Amino acid sequence: MRLALPLRKKRVNRSAMGTFWLFVFLAIVGAFMALPLVYAINAAFKPLDEIFLFPPTLFVRHPTFDNFIDLKTLLGQSWVPFTRYIFNTVFITGVGVVGHVLLASAAAYPLAKHRFPGKTVIFTIVVLSLMFAVQVTAIPNYMVMSWIGLIDTYWAVIVPAFAFPLGLYLMKQFMEQIPDALLESAKIDGANEYRIFWQIVMPNVKPAWLTLIILLFQLLWGTDGNGFIYSEQLKTLHYASNQIILGGIARAGVGSAVALILMSVPITLFVFSQSRIIETMATSGMKD
Amino acid sequence: MPNVTITKDRPGTAAGKTEPRASSWRALKLREIRAHKHSYFLMMPYMLLFALFTVLPVLMSLIISFTYFNMLEFPRFIGWQNYSRLFLEDDVFLIALKNTILFAAITGPISYLACFVFAWIINDMRPKLRAFMTLVFYAPSISGNVFFLWQLIFSGDRYGIANGFLIKMGIILEPILWLKTEQYILPIIILVQLWLSLGTGFLAFIAGLQTVDKTLYEAGAVDGIKNRWQELWFITLPSMKPQLMFGAVIQLTASLAVADVSIFLAGFPSVNYAAETIVTHLIDFGTIRFEMGFASAIATVLFILMVGTNLAVQRLLRRVGE
Repeated sequence: MRLALPLRKKRVNRSAMGTFWLFVFLAIVGAFMALPLVYAINAAFKPLDEIFLFPPTLFVRHPTFDNFIDLKTLLGQSWVPFTRYIFNTVFITGVGVVGHVLLASAAAYPLAKHRFPGKTVIFTIVVLSLMFAVQVTAIPNYMVMSWIGLIDTYWAVIVPAFAFPLGLYLMKQFMEQIPDALLESAKIDGANEYRIFWQIVMPNVKPAWLTLIILLFQLLWGTDGNGFIYSEQLKTLHYASNQIILGGIARAGVGSAVALILMSVPITLFVFSQSRIIETMATSGMKD
Repeated sequence: MPNVTITKDRPGTAAGKTEPRASSWRALKLREIRAHKHSYFLMMPYMLLFALFTVLPVLMSLIISFTYFNMLEFPRFIGWQNYSRLFLEDDVFLIALKNTILFAAITGPISYLACFVFAWIINDMRPKLRAFMTLVFYAPSISGNVFFLWQLIFSGDRYGIANGFLIKMGIILEPILWLKTEQYILPIIILVQLWLSLGTGFLAFIAGLQTVDKTLYEAGAVDGIKNRWQELWFITLPSMKPQLMFGAVIQLTASLAVADVSIFLAGFPSVNYAAETIVTHLIDFGTIRFEMGFASAIATVLFILMVGTNLAVQRLLRRVGE
């Protein structure tokens, strides 16, 4: 068919065979990606005799809530009430996320929309900081924190998260697309910089908020506070669940139940914010 | 440097001044800074913390790496000794360096390609299906360190999925101690690392693909682009170069920082250091042996490796399509 008329616009330059093989490929890799999570979901509902069945099965046959009941019993025996671990993680995540969104947005606005001495240097340093992992600075970080007395408090995890560079970077890139005319007209109406930031810029970057929220959430939800928090009553949910999982083979079922609970929270969050996050990521590109 | 360009951009403000050149430049600078004081105020809280927890530590690490420091006594300057010991005497570091580079050379490019290829395939789908597939691929990296699930899969007894499956198929007769056998440790960690790697870069690519101007494809079809591969090469890739560069930074940095997966799956230290990486080596000296000077030297090497590779890749990608 040499008809140049693209009747169905979506199918321009698409061969059916190519589409078929690409989908086969996608399905295989998709199954690999989903396998461990599917396994965990099933294992969480398996009774003990099914967990240690040979040959092992992927899907549960007689689902029970035994593992969750065991988990509840196990939690009742912990030295620190388990709700305390939950509170710790929720507190760290909540404060960290809110603080980061506020501070990073405030810093991103001038970087995106104003021209002032030092701007290029500052932004270059921020981009450079995306290029190395946090482990590089772990030791001096500990020293800095002990100087200002953050060790063994929630703040040892929260305060560095405020200054997470990726959040600032994404926020700044997203803010650049706010039309200058909008800010100019606000200025003519007599609004000062702080009001422009709070009443014009912030409402316009809501998709980016969600992105920063989910990135920070991911970072803080999974933190075990290892190395910075020593008091048992300040430790996080992730630390507590690690202790359960480290029980090894005897805790295989309970471990899966914990995994299921731990991962369901960020995944749910992502499901509800996916389209906003994609919108933010569209501006993430690095220009020269 | 950038300050000079800014003054050049605004010759109008300088024109009024009749003072000698040098001092007028400074006066101008000061006036400019004062005019933007609100900008500085807005940035201050973030930048203070950023300086305290990112910039200062990098500099401190560099300085400490030239000292002997055990956290109890005052650091003692010892010149290049830490570095010479690191490269000439520490066999384990060389294993760690080899493993890190091996990990990065395999997981870096593969995960980068995977991020792009899957984003590209997914992009052709209907919105509902696209959202679902995005979730399937992104879920592992978002679900908060649940990679211990792989421990259940590669469990060393016959109840582990991998062993059970292979025994039932008759390929092996006895269960394999996957995570305790040197030759299997590295591939398994690479596998898990790849599983975790469709993260921020993947999302950036999905977003980038959606922003490519649709009319370009129609114009391309008229201009004689015959199939999806040509379309990919001539239209899609050049249109999303900024996202490609951003994704490269994210994937590369992650691929050089392998540690958690290694420690959790292979143990710490792993069998015959088969899973030792620069980061686990750093953790060893920094949090167990308290040789902070030596650990800082490791951190500095890691810093140079990461930033150097990233800058090189950025330069390479910038040239694509020119």
